Amino acid sequence: MTLQQELSASPSAKLAVKDVSKTFPMRGGRVQALDHVTLNVSEGEFVCLVGPSGCGKSTLLNIIAGLETFDEGTVCSDGAPIRGPGRDRMVMFQEPALFPWLDAFSNVMFGLKLKPGLADSERREVAQYYLKLVGLERFEHANIHELSGGMKQRLALARAMAPNPRVLLMDEPFAALDAITREQLYGDLQRIWQERRKTILFVTHNVREAACLGDRVVLFSPHPGRIREEFRIPLPRPRDINSVDLAEHSIEIMRALKGHLGDTEVHE
Amino acid sequence: MKRSLTAFLFFAALLAAWQVVFQAKVWSPVLAPSPASVGRYLWNALRDGTLEGSTLVTMKRLFLGYVIGIAAGVPLGMLTAQFRAMRDTLGVLALGLQGLPSVCWVPLALLWFGQSEGAMLFVVVMGTLWSVILATDSGVRNVNPIYVRAARTMGSRRLHTWVMVIMPASLPFIVSGMKQGWAFAWRSLMAAEIFVTILTGFGLGQLLHYGRELNAMDQVIGIMLVIVFIGLLADKVLFSPWESFLHRRWGTDK
Repeated sequence: MTLQQELSASPSAKLAVKDVSKTFPMRGGRVQALDHVTLNVSEGEFVCLVGPSGCGKSTLLNIIAGLETFDEGTVCSDGAPIRGPGRDRMVMFQEPALFPWLDAFSNVMFGLKLKPGLADSERREVAQYYLKLVGLERFEHANIHELSGGMKQRLALARAMAPNPRVLLMDEPFAALDAITREQLYGDLQRIWQERRKTILFVTHNVREAACLGDRVVLFSPHPGRIREEFRIPLPRPRDINSVDLAEHSIEIMRALKGHLGDTEVHE
Repeated sequence: MKRSLTAFLFFAALLAAWQVVFQAKVWSPVLAPSPASVGRYLWNALRDGTLEGSTLVTMKRLFLGYVIGIAAGVPLGMLTAQFRAMRDTLGVLALGLQGLPSVCWVPLALLWFGQSEGAMLFVVVMGTLWSVILATDSGVRNVNPIYVRAARTMGSRRLHTWVMVIMPASLPFIVSGMKQGWAFAWRSLMAAEIFVTILTGFGLGQLLHYGRELNAMDQVIGIMLVIVFIGLLADKVLFSPWESFLHRRWGTDK
């Protein structure tokens, strides 16, 4: 298999979440984390889930990742019900979750080695391709602690994309970074997404970030976790987080959010 | 280079101080022999082969017991970390027995195994095992759960997760546990050798013991120096490479 064949081997998938509910036990009672949530994401779409902390958006992401169970409803990736984690759905966490005992290259290779049907030389070629895609080709042999926060998240992105998943699930991956680094990563992520067209589900509590990245922004409200509203962002890409058009969209979403909430737990 | 010079000067000064004390005749030369007479003893013991022979006997016992202790301790520590029932039983036992000074095993070992190599081995294993179990247990339980979650999304399952994620992630703890296990094994073996004479092999501890019996202070101090030297060497050869690898990878270097 050539690199090109491998890269084009798995098309992006559509996600179908239907009537999903989940409760957590908490101090005697139960907390309703998700209340009949229905969400459809089409192939290659970039969807952002926004809401204050505790609104269940991360829970939904973990359910789709197969890392958490749910009480009711169905969750399907390309029509197939999800039962546990799978290589077709890769996750990027808020912490980079990179393995400190491996160097940068071996971190990217970790998931690739678990993917059957590839020769070792092909795996190495794929790993190099993704390291280059995120701009870390000169840091192949770097130890994790030697990388900056932004580089770590770029490496985590390369590691998540290397096994060529059909869906990329991102759980506030940029929340712990400084503003300048974050802006660079918005650019990088959009460029990479345009090149590699994955279905992306991106969880954030930052409305502007959501408006900058998403084709669609889905608004959650907490207690119980529900989907409130959806916003299409028809702006051309790549988008600049500081542009006026984008600001208009994010103000609209922000207003809706405050309307549903009545408090300002959310960062603009 | 500068560091080894500092170390050299320090030990030379220590030796000089010893010589000064000897020449000042503060203590009887029978109780405090000169550096030269200790050196002479070591040289003679090397020439007639007793020192090499004893060192070899001791090292064999130590390595065998230590390897058994690690081979059993690491998997058992993983079990106690993984299963609550194991933690409440074996974990508590390990915690209790780790606090038991390993020399306390000697009488029991003698009665069970007689004056045999088996008794030696038993004491060394008992000295190593519990601290290795405890270190592995805390290492595994300190693994950041996000590593396991990340690995699972990439398709890693049970055994693969253990070998490729949990074990390397807990390596810093396991290595320090192995180091502690080594120190305990070394102590327990010396205690056993000093107490017990075994005809199948004459170890360093026994040389030390007979130095006392013969009132040969040069032998006592000489063997003590050899024991200290072996301890240092083990640290440099066995553990330093691991530790510096871990420091480099994890970025815990100063």
